[in-house]
Amino acid sequence: MEEVEVTQTAPAGVLPAKQTAGFSFFANWRSTLEVIVMPVAAVIVALILFGIFCLLQKVNPIGVYQAIYKAAFGSWYSFQNTLIRAAPLMLAALCTALPARMGLIVIGNEGALVIGGVGATAVGLAVQAMQQNPAPMLVLASMALAGMFFGGLWIMAVGALRYFRGVNETICSLLMNYIAIAILNHLVNGPMKDPSSLNKPSSFPISDDNMMQCIGSSSVHWGLVYGIVACVIAWILIEHTTFGFKVRTIGGNIRAARIAGISVGKLTLITCFLAGASAGVAGMVEVAAVHGRANESLNAFYGYSSILVAFVARQNALATIFVATLFGGILASGGILQRSFHLPDATIMVFQGLVFLVILFSDSLYGKIGIFRERKG
Amino acid sequence: MTGTTSLGWWGVALAVCAGAIRGGTPFLFVSLGECLTEKSGKINLGLEGTLLMGAMSGYAVSYKSGSPWLGVLVAGFAGMALGLVHAWLCQRPKVNDIAVGIAMIIFGSGLAFYLGKPFIQPSAPQLPAIQLGWWCNVPQVKAALKISPLFFVGVALAFGMNWFFKSTRWGLQIRAVGDYPAAARAMGISTVRVRTCSIMAGSFFAGVGGAYLSLFYPGAWTEMISSGQGLMAVALVIFAAWNPVRCLWASMLFGGAQSIGAALQGIGISSNYYLWNASPYILTLLVMIITCSPKQTLAGAPGALGTNL
Repeated sequence: MEEVEVTQTAPAGVLPAKQTAGFSFFANWRSTLEVIVMPVAAVIVALILFGIFCLLQKVNPIGVYQAIYKAAFGSWYSFQNTLIRAAPLMLAALCTALPARMGLIVIGNEGALVIGGVGATAVGLAVQAMQQNPAPMLVLASMALAGMFFGGLWIMAVGALRYFRGVNETICSLLMNYIAIAILNHLVNGPMKDPSSLNKPSSFPISDDNMMQCIGSSSVHWGLVYGIVACVIAWILIEHTTFGFKVRTIGGNIRAARIAGISVGKLTLITCFLAGASAGVAGMVEVAAVHGRANESLNAFYGYSSILVAFVARQNALATIFVATLFGGILASGGILQRSFHLPDATIMVFQGLVFLVILFSDSLYGKIGIFRERKG
Repeated sequence: MTGTTSLGWWGVALAVCAGAIRGGTPFLFVSLGECLTEKSGKINLGLEGTLLMGAMSGYAVSYKSGSPWLGVLVAGFAGMALGLVHAWLCQRPKVNDIAVGIAMIIFGSGLAFYLGKPFIQPSAPQLPAIQLGWWCNVPQVKAALKISPLFFVGVALAFGMNWFFKSTRWGLQIRAVGDYPAAARAMGISTVRVRTCSIMAGSFFAGVGGAYLSLFYPGAWTEMISSGQGLMAVALVIFAAWNPVRCLWASMLFGGAQSIGAALQGIGISSNYYLWNASPYILTLLVMIITCSPKQTLAGAPGALGTNL
């Protein structure tokens, strides 16, 4: 417990990342409650602010809330839609959440997703070309591995530049997003281009037999399971292993970690690789389950939203599952707002921005509200 | 386009030089804004949102009022309003200014897209251009020397800011707050006020840079109008070692890099067009890899950059 204390009291580099290991739930129930209540309250405040925004635009906010709820969680049909969007959000959010635990703000989710998606497509197409009738499992497995590999390397490069050259990881990963999108555009307009894709340049398609299937009789594809499994593994890794403990120690106080003999460089590279691999799988899922080919649709929606998901989940991998579902629902409701209220699609962006700002504001209130303060003795 | 081919490789060089001035101006405004902000010790990553907001509001006001210069002014104030939000939020305890910047990118661009929806179709009166090409008969040279007055404003601003930081009382105060806030406070300077003012003024510049995009070049309001100029401002300022005059040279370099792809396409080389378009980002990354060092802080960086008080 003493070492855990070190990470808690040290000036955290990024966010005051509260350590919410399961065993301390009853011991520090007040601060555990705080970690849950604050983001919920922040989302509610953001909803109220968004309501005021709607009122200013002469749209009934209650109606908008109802429409969002209906389109996101109102029926089994719409909930399936939500889950389809939640799956890549979970995977991509880990790209921010994991490095954040060691004090790095990586926002290269979009880049890793795009590179993972393109890499997976290339490998999937290669496997299809090499064998006459490849087993779908073989195609999917090689695609997933390729997604992990390319996405992982992409973010590992960010970590390496940070560690060896001291390059700011946030700006670096941001720039690499643009480079990744350029590579995608280059490939789907050049070497990988399917000549029959005229108005939207795309790669050759993954054949229908090799696409990712849906779970049972639902319309939700297996990517959701990938997402949940990845989040659970990440949570165990960070909260309940020596590896995770070292990562959290680096996040708490990097000098103390060095003195304790933790190899910061190696851990930085591994964590960044895992983060990128996760986002790469998100790209692979998008290709293998939704689009069927690589094209510019890959860089839609999920990049910035997944950063937001990671921050709202307070970089906790388990909380990511729930927050991603919530925001998947909000993304799913974008179309309804457009159709029934004539609100432009950017409305969702405004709302996400508001949530993000309020969440950050709530960070400054941790430990300030009396009922959440731990009683001494 | 036939004229460009007749010039051959000179056409490419000319197009890149023209791009350096024409495409470099928005870089210049955002990087000067970011420079001012960072001198006071805070990072504003959200200038991308500010830029888009400036582009939208400038275009909208120019369309409604018919006066593009009023649009530029309003764009600056719209940027300033976003700057106020950033300044207030990022100075709260335990709040990280980079994270606030990411949030402001989403919020600012969302707001700009939302409010700008009705202005995508109509065409607004544009800023006038200064024709410096009267002495030459080659149409490409004439086109290249059509320069926006805002470019000269930006150049004056760069040199003015250099003088401001070096020789004025306020400049010294901003540098003191950015380098060593404790000493600044001991001198009786309100660090919060100085930082708030710096961030707001910096956002004003970024807003003006946005108005340049929608009112001069490319000269229309679309959701694709910015190609990340606001994001690259932070990297540009690192490249320029926090020196306003160097920001000017860096901006022109980036503007030139941005136009290579289109210039090569003009003479018929369209392979790797998309990769050439990424050249400003690759250039920024390379510059950061070369200039950064894990051992020491960068020369010229404000001492207390990115810290909370």
